[in-house]
Amino acid sequence: MTLRVKMFARTRDLAGAGEILVELADGSRVRDLRKALATKCPALAGLLDHCVLAVDSEFADEDTELCSENEIALLPPVSGG
Amino acid sequence: MIRLTRDEIDYHALTEGVRRNSCGAVVTFLGTVRDLTGDKETVALDYEAYPGMAEKKMAEIEAETRGRWPVGEIAMEHRLGTLKLGEISVAVALSCPHRADAFEACRHAIDRLKELVPIWKKENWADGSTEWVHPGAE
Repeated sequence: MTLRVKMFARTRDLAGAGEILVELADGSRVRDLRKALATKCPALAGLLDHCVLAVDSEFADEDTELCSENEIALLPPVSGG
Repeated sequence: MIRLTRDEIDYHALTEGVRRNSCGAVVTFLGTVRDLTGDKETVALDYEAYPGMAEKKMAEIEAETRGRWPVGEIAMEHRLGTLKLGEISVAVALSCPHRADAFEACRHAIDRLKELVPIWKKENWADGSTEWVHPGAE
């Protein structure tokens, strides 16, 4: 399946795009996506461990199963306010 | 009331909008662009959001705040785009029957906003360099 991952702030600058496409086996989980992002975008390495993934606008844990219909976003530590 | 905006925040209108005859206390918090972070000088901040999720999380914070304090009305607004020194980036206004609840509830709402809502700021330092702010990941 193909997952589209939205990127923001420094993760977008490091990835060089606002959205990254990642190919993963069906049934993959957030932890698999995290590994795939590290491989696809080595520049994210230092920041990735500090990021959370959001699935359909909700914070997702590492066990969350993904599908190609999900809206997925990689969120670096927030700094609004 | 929850809003992301690229326009100036009208905090007078926001505050008026939460006033209720049942509420004897109104608290408005404004976050503004500060000049110094440590010894580094800021000339502007760029704010961006993940809009759908930011609004969803702000709505959850509104519901959570209403669940814990007797809020008459609450309004939260965050500005996006480039803000110059002194401009208002965020406003939280709310009313409660009494001031102790109003202060606590407002403090809770802004603290949760800063903790949870997917919004990011980029420093534009006086030396011309820029830097995204990602607490804990510097």
